[in-house]
Amino acid sequence: MGYAGQVSLGHAAFFGLGAYTSGVLTVKFGFNPWVAFVAGIFVTAFIAYIIGVPSLKLKGHYLAMATLGFGSIIQIIFVQWRSLTEGSSGLVDIPGISIGGFKFNTDLKYYYLVWIFAALAILLSLNIVQSRVGRALKALNKKEIGAEAMGVNTAKYKVQIFVLSAIYASAAGSLYTHYITFLSPEGFTFLFSVLILVMAVFGGLTNIWGGVVGAVSLTILPEFLRAYKDYDIIVYGVILVMVMMFMPNGILGLVESAIQRIRAKWVVKG
Amino acid sequence: MDLIEAKRVSKSFGGLQAVADLTFNLRKGRIKGIIGPNGAGKTTIFNLISGILSSDSGEIFFKGSLLNKLKPYQIAYLGISRTFQNLQLFDNMTVVENVMVGLHTRTRSEIVHALLRLHQSREEERRIFEQAYETLRLVNMESRAFEMVSGLPFGEQKLVEVARALVSDPEVIMLDEPVSGLTTQEIERLDDLIRKINAQGKTILLVEHNMRFVMNICEEVLVVNYGKMIAEGNPSQIVSNQDVINAYLGEELSIA
Repeated sequence: MGYAGQVSLGHAAFFGLGAYTSGVLTVKFGFNPWVAFVAGIFVTAFIAYIIGVPSLKLKGHYLAMATLGFGSIIQIIFVQWRSLTEGSSGLVDIPGISIGGFKFNTDLKYYYLVWIFAALAILLSLNIVQSRVGRALKALNKKEIGAEAMGVNTAKYKVQIFVLSAIYASAAGSLYTHYITFLSPEGFTFLFSVLILVMAVFGGLTNIWGGVVGAVSLTILPEFLRAYKDYDIIVYGVILVMVMMFMPNGILGLVESAIQRIRAKWVVKG
Repeated sequence: MDLIEAKRVSKSFGGLQAVADLTFNLRKGRIKGIIGPNGAGKTTIFNLISGILSSDSGEIFFKGSLLNKLKPYQIAYLGISRTFQNLQLFDNMTVVENVMVGLHTRTRSEIVHALLRLHQSREEERRIFEQAYETLRLVNMESRAFEMVSGLPFGEQKLVEVARALVSDPEVIMLDEPVSGLTTQEIERLDDLIRKINAQGKTILLVEHNMRFVMNICEEVLVVNYGKMIAEGNPSQIVSNQDVINAYLGEELSIA
């Protein structure tokens, strides 16, 4: 969303698709978790493509609404397709994940596994940013007509990046499934999509690390807010509003502009 | 040879007839200007050629092939590049990155190459960086290459747009009001630049309000008013044309 400027409120659904594909295939059909993981990616990518082609023609709020609607539909399917998902009573006894004989059966082991994937995702994202495709995405984000006039097939790149981000969400969903070993549809609602979005904005949209900073800080923040007991949600909300008002470019945006200001001072003095 | 040929093209916005039954051509190697009072439909003509708008009726050809059904990016691939009156620069990038986007049609790396950072992708990046930098040198903007484009003064931003349009080596370059808002020196620099690239074989179509500039640099001028052609010819024919004088009602036309 940061580089291409496309707002999706459906990413909880992609996360859920990855999670449920992994859960259903391993529990109901006895698949190896890794095979299910890859299957989840394919299923999610395919669905993201089908959804992306028509909906990415919409802009701004309309795109957000369309993806929101899509997310709700998927969530209802998770609830209602009981023969596969066990509905709202939830899918249980999902197996853990292992490589060869090595089982990722403690929190710490799983922590490292997740970081391997996160690092991979960050690396791949950075590669895109520093490429022809990344430049095209940045261009169409700011000036769609200008980008088209320079030969950028804006529709194609929007769909590609939408599918890629859905794949990321799916992978995260699969990893989540095998960690938590229990799935119920409540985890994949609209609110989770909003949380993902808020993390991205909070960290800063103009930088891949912004997403990382946002995810980390918004996961840690509630832990500190426990001190406020029942008021934690209010404090959380106030912090978000303050950030949006005073740091519209997120935490990293603030850091970037601070660095630029310091640099400018140095240049003047030097 | 006609590079661009427009045949009886019309476009209206609601009740407003922006372009009405317009027929004209652009011959290879020419510098042609389109002039006319405000709201005469000049920019609409540009938007029709570059595919940003689609015409209600009529046909536009580029080297004999029909452009009507093509998307803007496809037209860019054919070799028609342009600048914009209200600049379409990418504010989130540096000057040189903006120009590098202009090389999109000249590069091949797709998302898979980029993801895996394949050799081809890195090679390409280096090549187009050098090419973009060279083009900035051509417009005397190389010293600004690594600054954010949003921080530049208006005149320099326009030069960046020209560089971005030029860098892909297109056959036709369309300049939408290239000198509006520029200082006298900047206009002279741009005048030199346009003549230089024209001498290298580029065909140029421009929309401009600055009469002195147009009459000086263009070999052919098309005058439109209310979307209709009212005159076409070389500058000296245009300034003595009674319809043109009437359309500009009292405004002074001079070649000097």
